[in-house]
Amino acid sequence: MPPKTMRTICQQRTPMAAQDPKQRIDNFSEVTLGYSLADARNEAERCLMCPQEPCVKGCPVGIDIPGFIQKICDQDYRGAYEVLADATLLPAICGRVCPQEDQCEGACVVTQKLESVGIGRLERFIGDMAIAEGWSSKPDIEPNGYKVAIVGAGPAGIACAADMAKAGCDVTIFEALHRPGGVLTYGIPDFRLPNTVVDAEFEKVLQLGVKVEANTLVGRLFSLAQLRNELGFHAVFIGTGAGYPSFMGIPGEALNGVLSANEFLTRCNLMQAGEFPARDTPLHMGRKVAVIGAGNTAMDAMRVALRLGAEEVYCLYRRTKAESPAREEELEHAKEEGVIFQWLTAPLEILGDADHQVSGLRCIRMELGEPDNSARRRPVAIENSDFEFECNTVIYAIGTNANPIIGQTSKLKLNKRGYIEVDAEQRTSLAGVFAGGDIVTGSATVILAMGAGRSAARSMKRYLGIKEAEEMEVSDPARPRAFGIDTRQQQFTRVRLPGKERAA
Amino acid sequence: MYEILAREEFSESTFLLEVQHPLLAKAANPGQFVIVMVRADGERIPLTIADYSVARGTITLVIQAVGKTTRDMQQNCRVGDMLYALVGPMGIPSHIGEVQKVICVGGGLGVAPVFPQARAFKQRGAYVIGVIGFRSKDLIFWEDKFRDVCDELIICTDDGSAGIQGLVTDGVAQAIESHPDIEEVIAIGPPVMMKFCAETTRPHKIKTMVSLNPIMVDGTGMCGGCRVSVGGEIKFCCVDGPDFDGHQVDFDELMRRLDRFKAEEKQSLERWSRATNCRLQDEEPHTPQ
Repeated sequence: MPPKTMRTICQQRTPMAAQDPKQRIDNFSEVTLGYSLADARNEAERCLMCPQEPCVKGCPVGIDIPGFIQKICDQDYRGAYEVLADATLLPAICGRVCPQEDQCEGACVVTQKLESVGIGRLERFIGDMAIAEGWSSKPDIEPNGYKVAIVGAGPAGIACAADMAKAGCDVTIFEALHRPGGVLTYGIPDFRLPNTVVDAEFEKVLQLGVKVEANTLVGRLFSLAQLRNELGFHAVFIGTGAGYPSFMGIPGEALNGVLSANEFLTRCNLMQAGEFPARDTPLHMGRKVAVIGAGNTAMDAMRVALRLGAEEVYCLYRRTKAESPAREEELEHAKEEGVIFQWLTAPLEILGDADHQVSGLRCIRMELGEPDNSARRRPVAIENSDFEFECNTVIYAIGTNANPIIGQTSKLKLNKRGYIEVDAEQRTSLAGVFAGGDIVTGSATVILAMGAGRSAARSMKRYLGIKEAEEMEVSDPARPRAFGIDTRQQQFTRVRLPGKERAA
Repeated sequence: MYEILAREEFSESTFLLEVQHPLLAKAANPGQFVIVMVRADGERIPLTIADYSVARGTITLVIQAVGKTTRDMQQNCRVGDMLYALVGPMGIPSHIGEVQKVICVGGGLGVAPVFPQARAFKQRGAYVIGVIGFRSKDLIFWEDKFRDVCDELIICTDDGSAGIQGLVTDGVAQAIESHPDIEEVIAIGPPVMMKFCAETTRPHKIKTMVSLNPIMVDGTGMCGGCRVSVGGEIKFCCVDGPDFDGHQVDFDELMRRLDRFKAEEKQSLERWSRATNCRLQDEEPHTPQ
């Protein structure tokens, strides 16, 4: 077979089927429908198998991308899954939510002339096939006697837990909420990442022997020091996410009907407020919804609002579409579904009625001035351009600050903004304690958090490996007298494999 | 799953649950709260920890049945049953300062949660004046527990059937009058009660700490639903509180925000009442503490 060249491969990326926008705003089913077998093979053939492999360097977790694509070309799908599983335990998730255009696909040599190879779509195809076929990749694990604690069952924690479990450690993830998954569960809506996919991928983590204790607020139930000294964990990874949503401090923020995107999405995704009153958690949403911010979280909030029956949904952003931090695909989907974008618009005041309920917004038009510190052109208010419009719900999606709990309850060194300080190897100021993800970087992406979790796992292995065997204090895992109390009576909420959970 | 080991009825609407959770009992401090889910499809509700026992490995919750979830708990949470979720202790523990003389005020659903604070102040050697308020004599609970840790106890009832007739603010005023050297007041109860306690102490410039009870979802600082205005700044009650300087809190805003889901709460309670064939009480449902 002659070598493939830019000229011989299919000039267009294989399209992925999607639900019609008019139809999909009435349901929470997934918007994009994934590749068929034929689609996947077509698209895999577009990979030039170039020797430089820039895509691999573009991947935060270093997936052997040409390797798994070659397996698809060879129709060895199980083999493709094995290649993926070497680097990521969650291909069905990453294939959906990674910003591939900035990573593997952005680096793909094909982009020099054509649309890049649809790497994310291919990854999702294999990830979904693995779930459907029940494939799992459980390496032979030799227990090494080390106990590792992971704080937070989000993307960073899951990635770190999986690597440490594969290395033979006895891994326990502690999660504050009643369900694992972190932002994958409470944040990203089902139409973009179904919770069934999250659960299925998470099952693979449990199959590695990782234990997950839900309803456990580390820092308050026990401290980091107690995790090590009382509960006998040899190393700890902190991946608690960013949390603590920002507000602007403009008048009217305390009105009823103003909420953070985190609250809105948590009510809808984690607590299923859309099914109120069959579910207990309510959501009070008006007909007209304004979302402040234009990142991926803003897109998620707007698209949830549309699905829950909002008639008009506005996106207010003080810069232009070009500066918007959302993925192109998310912006496109939001537009198709009917979101009304108000670029170069900043809110000045939230207006309320006599019942202290939001009744409108007063905004001002902006224009772009000189570049600021972020190298983006600074938005400047246009004098006398303020205007009012009616809305009933205002959702803030302008980012988050660091969650203060770990700082309040430990001696970890934090930076000025309250995020945990780590070195290049994800080590914190406390020996044996590592951190990664949003609690280190501030709000970022799922895949960057997973990359940080994997990098921390490598560092943690080095940390545990350098310990002399005779120094190693391998504790009795039961530790019945930890804390000086009889902990055998302690009930945790052990998260079990789906389907095996007894009905409550 | 967290087993209910004991239950006690205080009145038609108020009851106590003692729940097994040894680590939580060990970790709990005065002023902290937990989040409870009764069942998997339930809501997350914050409840202040009323007591904890390391020896028994339990925490105690005193619950007023006012909304759907708390009435459901009143009707269905029996000894031996399991709570679906129980997480905590949440919030910054109350600061138990080295004060010589303190008033601990509890009204309504605040009577139980102020108890651990009164006990902690007593253990620190303070002279503790308890002021607890009830509608009438029949609704009084924990009088003996309070007598054990208080040097003086003023019981206030709306109808005068026990103690002094009047609101807890009357009890506070009486205590301030007879003790000019009071250094701190702790007030826990419905927002309107805490507001007027703060107003009672303001002219005397007595430091007054209150424990706020806004609507919460996660309780870990993630959603911001519990934000309150304190001294003109936004604070998240779950991680920055729940204790704040009562003289700085915007109680009117707190009360308005507690009404955020009034219509939905009513709907949920009515639906539940119909489903359980309960006679609908004529009380307004509101968010449980």
